[in-house]
Amino acid sequence: MCHQTVSLVARHLEASGIATVVVGSARDIVEQCGVPRFLFTDFPLGNPCGKPGDTDMQSNIVSMALTLAESAVAPRTTVQTPYLWGDDTWREAYMAVDPSKSAEYLAAGEVRRAQQAAAPTRS
Amino acid sequence: MADSHQGVHRHAVSYIDKSREFYAAHGYEAAYRWATNDDAPFTPLTKPLSDCRVAVVTTAYLERPADPAPEATPVLVEATKEPYAAASDPGPQSMFTEDLSWDKEATHTDDVETFLPLNALRHQVEAGRIASVSPRFYGVPTEYSQRRTKADSEIITEWIRADEVDLMVLVPL
Repeated sequence: MCHQTVSLVARHLEASGIATVVVGSARDIVEQCGVPRFLFTDFPLGNPCGKPGDTDMQSNIVSMALTLAESAVAPRTTVQTPYLWGDDTWREAYMAVDPSKSAEYLAAGEVRRAQQAAAPTRS
Repeated sequence: MADSHQGVHRHAVSYIDKSREFYAAHGYEAAYRWATNDDAPFTPLTKPLSDCRVAVVTTAYLERPADPAPEATPVLVEATKEPYAAASDPGPQSMFTEDLSWDKEATHTDDVETFLPLNALRHQVEAGRIASVSPRFYGVPTEYSQRRTKADSEIITEWIRADEVDLMVLVPL
């Protein structure tokens, strides 16, 4: 949901005359929303600007974002950084649904819906 | 030849598909309608990059004493967030991200530069690549409601204009 939120903000800023670049890891959400410039890093969600502690990678990704900002000539321009996470197990594991736990999931969903119904809302 | 590409994915993970299957399994009857657009607005940079002031938008929040423990209900936090602007130099050493949906099994957010690249941008200033980093960075609440995000965007746009920012780098968790 973070990716959709910033994509919508980017669209608003851009329509207001301010150039933007989105740096993210959920390619489908950003591209479905449609943004002017998107730098994609194929990492688990949480570290789109580089691996923790890897300042060289972080510097390179920011540099690539700036390059994209000045070089893109049309909207919906996506550039992918060259980095790989290494261990690919996260691709399947994230939000995985185990059919043997369906009753557990439904119970958790009931709890969450009750919390959402009771939560304060913004205007 | 084929071995040289082993392990390289040509298709990114679909979070739209994953979340649809996850929430259906949790008893949500209607799939979320993600924002979908064929086109996108486009504003070219109006000056050389080396003359630009750059700023960051994040979905992470400043840590406060009242922040709940990770095991607490996240929904209440999400529902009471508002957009904010905070000093970028020095930026925060840590941020509150626990209520957001990121991969807490595969990684962590203890290094804020992985999602709030203020130091990395300052290095670009030192290198002469950009003119400056905005004195403030900006936070936007992660919202299911696209209407609320539009209203939040208008608030952030005002702050960005006041800070005379030329280029925005937006980083979701």
